[in-house]
Amino acid sequence: MTPVVQVRDLRKIYPLDGGEDVVALRGVDLTIDPGEFVAVMGPSGSGKSTFMHIVGLLDRPTSGEYRFAGNEVSALGADALADLRSRALGFVFQAYNLLPRTTAIENVELPMVYAGVPAATRRSAAMEALEAVGLAKYAQHQPNQLSGGQQQRVAIARSIVNQPQLILADEPTGALDTASSEDVMALFRRLNEERGMTVMLVTHEPDVAAHARRLVSFRDGHIVSDEPVNERAKEQVIA
Amino acid sequence: MIGIAQTLRLALQALIRNRSRSLLTMLGVVIGVAAVIVTVAIGTGAKTSVANQINSLGSNLIVVIPGSVQTSGARTGNGGASTLTVQDGLAIAKLPGVSAVSPSVNVRAQLVANGQNWQTQVTGVAPTFTTVRSWDVGSGRFFTQNETDTSAKVAVLGQTVVKQLFPDGSDPVGRSVVIRNVPFTVIGTMIAKGQSGAGQDQDDTVLIPYTSALERLTGGTTIGQLMVSAVDGDHIDSVQSQITGLLEQRHQIVAGQPDDFQVRNLQDIAQAASATASILGLLLAAVAAVSLVVGGIGIMNIMLVSVTERTREIGLRVALGARGAAILRQFLIEAVVLSTGGGALGVLIGVAGAAAVAFFAHWPASVSISAILLALAFSAAVGVFFGYWPARKAAALDPIRALRFE
Repeated sequence: MTPVVQVRDLRKIYPLDGGEDVVALRGVDLTIDPGEFVAVMGPSGSGKSTFMHIVGLLDRPTSGEYRFAGNEVSALGADALADLRSRALGFVFQAYNLLPRTTAIENVELPMVYAGVPAATRRSAAMEALEAVGLAKYAQHQPNQLSGGQQQRVAIARSIVNQPQLILADEPTGALDTASSEDVMALFRRLNEERGMTVMLVTHEPDVAAHARRLVSFRDGHIVSDEPVNERAKEQVIA
Repeated sequence: MIGIAQTLRLALQALIRNRSRSLLTMLGVVIGVAAVIVTVAIGTGAKTSVANQINSLGSNLIVVIPGSVQTSGARTGNGGASTLTVQDGLAIAKLPGVSAVSPSVNVRAQLVANGQNWQTQVTGVAPTFTTVRSWDVGSGRFFTQNETDTSAKVAVLGQTVVKQLFPDGSDPVGRSVVIRNVPFTVIGTMIAKGQSGAGQDQDDTVLIPYTSALERLTGGTTIGQLMVSAVDGDHIDSVQSQITGLLEQRHQIVAGQPDDFQVRNLQDIAQAASATASILGLLLAAVAAVSLVVGGIGIMNIMLVSVTERTREIGLRVALGARGAAILRQFLIEAVVLSTGGGALGVLIGVAGAAAVAFFAHWPASVSISAILLALAFSAAVGVFFGYWPARKAAALDPIRALRFE
């Protein structure tokens, strides 16, 4: 089985004018197989956000290999990366990032617009995605008519609408109350378990990370631990 | 990849989401284009009105006047000589390219009629006068060739003379007018002609046969001027030189000697006047174009603000797979839609404004299709030109930073 993500000795250095360079990643090796649900944790400055941006093809590593679904992507140009993002990746952000004054269904359609999907197909695929997150009847609502949890679920519908090979979630519960957080995390688990979707989630909350099946911890630009989530801890958190 | 139609939809959605801002952004271009349309219409109107005035003097009119004479070293001005004769006129009438000739004998005289009196210009002319000067009879009739041949005592009055001599509104046709103690019968009146290009009241005149004027009023054979109508305006220069040649021969002017007459045509005057009107129109349009450019800068300002304001949106679109080119195109199309939308609105307002000017100022302000197309094309160009920089700024945004932008 071809891994979705396979990185070898990944390094990222941000050059600073007149000062010392900032090294964000100091040689990271990681493989994510299809169907995995990985939580990435670590304190601020540990390199986890930089890692996610590179995995999400929003940024390029300074050195090292990155194979996405078997293809080397670390040297691709901006347009090729954009095309890959529109076809193979789904993003969920902390701040939802829905277009204001735009209906839920139009928001969900947006990635397909950039992937060049015809309008009729877009409508039905967007409706299916909204059904999958349980918001079909809110299709014509605008973001300001939805609660935070509902908005994030619309964002999740948007991330899955292109049937991506990987969903990347950056602190998806960071702006939500506990109950909404639980809803959103349960949704991720369902997508992973029932639809076999591969999810990588960045968080600093252990009880959010506990919903995942594998936990990767970053510190100072390295991976310091990579282990399955303890089933008992998981039960405790969920119970 | 994403097509133009789809990008246009995205751009329109974005503009409709910010309806009031879009309208305010358009305002500069609306005013600029409306100003261009109105000023060009006024400029065109000025040209038309100058051309009308020139035409009112007579179509393809050539005027022959006597030159100056020198008596004991003192030279009179042009027209001072008494060298033009009726026979000169008859000879000119035979030239090819000449459609009609009318002599003109001018006398200032006191008129008495209907218990009123009035001093005016009495002009002795031929029946061809109405053709030569493009001036029609309003009531009654003009005199005939037969009346001219017999030096009939008939007169046709200009409207100013009608008003002065018949203030009671009674019909002057059939009444008697005494000119220098000679009674004439009024057989008709001319339609009102208004002011000449030089500001003279052309209606303050009485027209009588030139034979009557020569025999009964001036008692000579020389005439004040010859009015010649060319067949068409294109050959007016050649007709003019033919007349010069003919008269030089008839007046036995030796080569190298100055002519004792002058031949002038109105096209030179018309050209000068319409050139002045064109320059005026251009000046107005240039001022209006400046306001259009200012409107374009307004669009650029708002688009720059909009790019900053929508940084997160742009970051999101890039993260979702929009290429830089798609972002650039969307913002460029937004700018062009704003500017051409403003242009279209400006055309409507400009056309209405020009109609209002025409209605209230009685000015022939006509809007040309080419002015409308030009204004629309120019406003679209303004959108592209002033929208490009903000659009490129948007396309160059780093998605990671854009997504974090607060």
